[in-house]
Amino acid sequence: MPNYNWPPMDQRRVIGKPTNRLDGVAKASGKAKYSSDLNPPGLLQAVFLTSPHAHARVKSVDVSAAKAMKGVTAVRVISAPGTEIQWAGTEIAVVAAETEPIARDAVRAIKVDYEVLPHVVQESDLAKVGTRAKAAGEQVTGDPDQAFKDAEAVSDGEYGIPVITHCCLEPHGQVIEWKGDKINFWPSTQAVSVIGGDLGKALEVPAANIHVRMDYVGGGFGSKFASDRWGIEAARLSKESGGRPVKLYLDRATELTIAGVRPSTYAKIKIGGKKDGTITAWDSKTWASGGFGGGGMPPFPYVFTKIPNFRLNHSAVSLNCGGARAWRAPNNPQASFVTCSAIDDFAAKIGKDPLEVFLKNTGLSVRAEAYNRQLAKAADMIDWKKNWHARGDSGSGNIKRGLGLGVGTWNGLGHASHARTTIHPDGSVEVELGSQDLGTGTRTVIGMVAAETLGLPLSAIKVKIGDNEYPVSGPSGGSTTVGGVSASVRKATVNALDKLLEQVGPSLNVPVDQLEAVDGRIRAKTNPDKALSWQQACQKLGVNSITQEGENDPKRNEGLNAGGVAGVQMADVSVDTETGIVRMNKLVAVQDIGLVVNPKTAESQILGACIMSCCAALMEERVMDRVTGRVLNADMEFYKLAGINDIGEIEVHLDITPENDKRGIIGLGEPCAVPGVAAIANAVANAIGVRVPNVPVLPDRILAALNSRRNA
Amino acid sequence: MSSKKDPTKPSGFSRRGFIQGIGIGGSALTTGVLEKEALAAPPPVAGPGLASITLSINGKSQKVEVEPRETLLDTLRNHLDMTAAKRVCDRGTCGACTVTINNRVVYSCTVLAIDAQGKDIQTLEGIGAHPIVQAFVNNDAQQCGYCTPGFVMASKSFLDHHPNPTYEDVKRGLSGNLCRCGTYVGVRKAVLEAAGKLKGGKNA
Repeated sequence: MPNYNWPPMDQRRVIGKPTNRLDGVAKASGKAKYSSDLNPPGLLQAVFLTSPHAHARVKSVDVSAAKAMKGVTAVRVISAPGTEIQWAGTEIAVVAAETEPIARDAVRAIKVDYEVLPHVVQESDLAKVGTRAKAAGEQVTGDPDQAFKDAEAVSDGEYGIPVITHCCLEPHGQVIEWKGDKINFWPSTQAVSVIGGDLGKALEVPAANIHVRMDYVGGGFGSKFASDRWGIEAARLSKESGGRPVKLYLDRATELTIAGVRPSTYAKIKIGGKKDGTITAWDSKTWASGGFGGGGMPPFPYVFTKIPNFRLNHSAVSLNCGGARAWRAPNNPQASFVTCSAIDDFAAKIGKDPLEVFLKNTGLSVRAEAYNRQLAKAADMIDWKKNWHARGDSGSGNIKRGLGLGVGTWNGLGHASHARTTIHPDGSVEVELGSQDLGTGTRTVIGMVAAETLGLPLSAIKVKIGDNEYPVSGPSGGSTTVGGVSASVRKATVNALDKLLEQVGPSLNVPVDQLEAVDGRIRAKTNPDKALSWQQACQKLGVNSITQEGENDPKRNEGLNAGGVAGVQMADVSVDTETGIVRMNKLVAVQDIGLVVNPKTAESQILGACIMSCCAALMEERVMDRVTGRVLNADMEFYKLAGINDIGEIEVHLDITPENDKRGIIGLGEPCAVPGVAAIANAVANAIGVRVPNVPVLPDRILAALNSRRNA
Repeated sequence: MSSKKDPTKPSGFSRRGFIQGIGIGGSALTTGVLEKEALAAPPPVAGPGLASITLSINGKSQKVEVEPRETLLDTLRNHLDMTAAKRVCDRGTCGACTVTINNRVVYSCTVLAIDAQGKDIQTLEGIGAHPIVQAFVNNDAQQCGYCTPGFVMASKSFLDHHPNPTYEDVKRGLSGNLCRCGTYVGVRKAVLEAAGKLKGGKNA
């Protein structure tokens, strides 16, 4: 039985060392080719015509003028007469042409008649959505009524976190070529191995006839798994244009309107407990929308799942808006924001430091020990003891400073993955798998695992991903990639090494199980002088390469990966109470992640998640127009993302301990994207002395909250 | 909103400084220089239909047929297969399409190709082994990498004009570019590292 276990911490030479990403120079020099950069010969450009109405029935579509235009090669009607449109931005027709300007002219020449129907696009006021709200049914645990009666203190509050979009910088789309019975598909996707099957189902083409390739993807965040209408329609345009390749990418406005959102969550929360901070009762009325299909259902009470008495009521609201897609840690940032804000308000109600109240209740979570350790560490990093003050007790000037905290959790178990490692007689090594690198550093992690296993430097490994002809590896979602690919690559590479050792053993006169691959040599464990260089060893293969596969099966826990982590973040903000402007001073993140393969890219993941939380807490919001039913800010001027000067200082602590390391590799992308919004919102409440119910905490909301307190 | 309170108390920074420190308003980018040049020498009327133009890109003269309405960005990407500059917002907000024209940083989605004739256009493809590229790698100033070419170009030009930047200068000078993955901490470090390397090179 081969030994797949990770080498002990102190014996690792590649894993655990901060390492530059393998594709860093390609990306930073502009040489990296994203699918949207491809210009194959004969390329046609395609453009969608989309619905300006949020709710309408298509009465007629006249594409004759578009079809007649010079340079137009194909026009397709997507929403035939009779189709009921349920959100603005719905694809009505699509044009392929020799150039993009011609395609845009042709789109403008298409005439569509609509019967406009009434729409609902705003959900923040539940009383105004009428029958669009569907109750999910009440959930009760314990005896919440009695617990609230018995409680020494009860706090209540209202909270709202709006719909935001993914705003991937590379929009959704692809280059695609359908020639004869074969399709060449260059998507922008998180699912290289499986997206071909998804497309094939829609087009009734066997997946085996669809060749998917993608070297780089410009952001996904959960929104790029399916082949989507743009993939399907671009393929058909290609076929109708004689098999010429077609490029169809969403323009920014369409991207922000239909390519996926994170659902909103609005909540009325009541917390009951003791004056020492112990929480005994929870009551939540929540509603959410992610578009026409309703919305997510955030898990309440979040993290503190063992509150003994609780009552939950949730409604999903259907809106005439573009639909939800997985967004980095689906439902968790919303649940964290609402729960941690409510606990912060409970702490304020009983006049206690929220850090104490969170610590008091970690026993209500399933990771008390981790949260205790992380809360203490984060408090240390932000100097909580020195900088914290009671809510609103922030001096007499107009610039108020405050601290806040948030917590999060995630699973992140490794996904199903197959990998193939080949050792060639010239000593070169290839690792192949149908995975993808979203910018998380997957490519580099794969190379590091193989290099560690073979005792070689990272530069000796050729990592080949982004092709569905390689062994099948899972889609990158749910923080499952790093656990999955590291295990399959470890196993494939151990298997390949064992084969090599079998061939090398006799010439060294050492039993195979007494050999090891270290520092570019194959040597006897007990006598390092008895050795061959890697090159010499591989020459023993003659003309035959060694190719071995490895598999990660998530149903079989082999100890290489695990799931289930805790995370804590704390924020330090300054608020100008006269302008309502918030300035981030500092955000600190403490994250446990099991065995860390590449601390450099791991830290980048957390830094990035913290910055995304700054966006969502301070400025980011999709704004719907009640009258027209359209997205008002479907551009990057008014769909606000933080810039380099908006984020303050960020400090990350990777919770690397021997105990965490023993658990194996755990995905990181999502858990660190959870606690930040709560931390920032609570810091603002701490600074100005009053809860701003809705994030983002825009200046007008801050001023309104201050006014409401003044008038109260 | 009126107040007689001293805005500089108690936290040691002024209201004006506070507001200036916020938001993406402090952009170092400017296209004004182009407008002035356009007024001085109005280009000949071109189009409708294809116009044959000549662009000077990375020191090389390139002939290309474009419609007068096509941007420099689309011309680079769709006609010249120069795809380092990315089309993200397409409205002069995000900086992913950053190039320089006559040594000034420009959003190439806001410039028509026909207006860029007779000017020195530099793209990321032309900067070669500039220390800023390796500094981005060393400091992991990239994740998905789609904003990275724009950031690298903006950083390179920023350093051309500000060879001795402070940390605060970097935060202000690079505020014309947006990243979704959140790589700003690495970018700040990368620009400072490259500044140090460039100075070292000159002194050596």
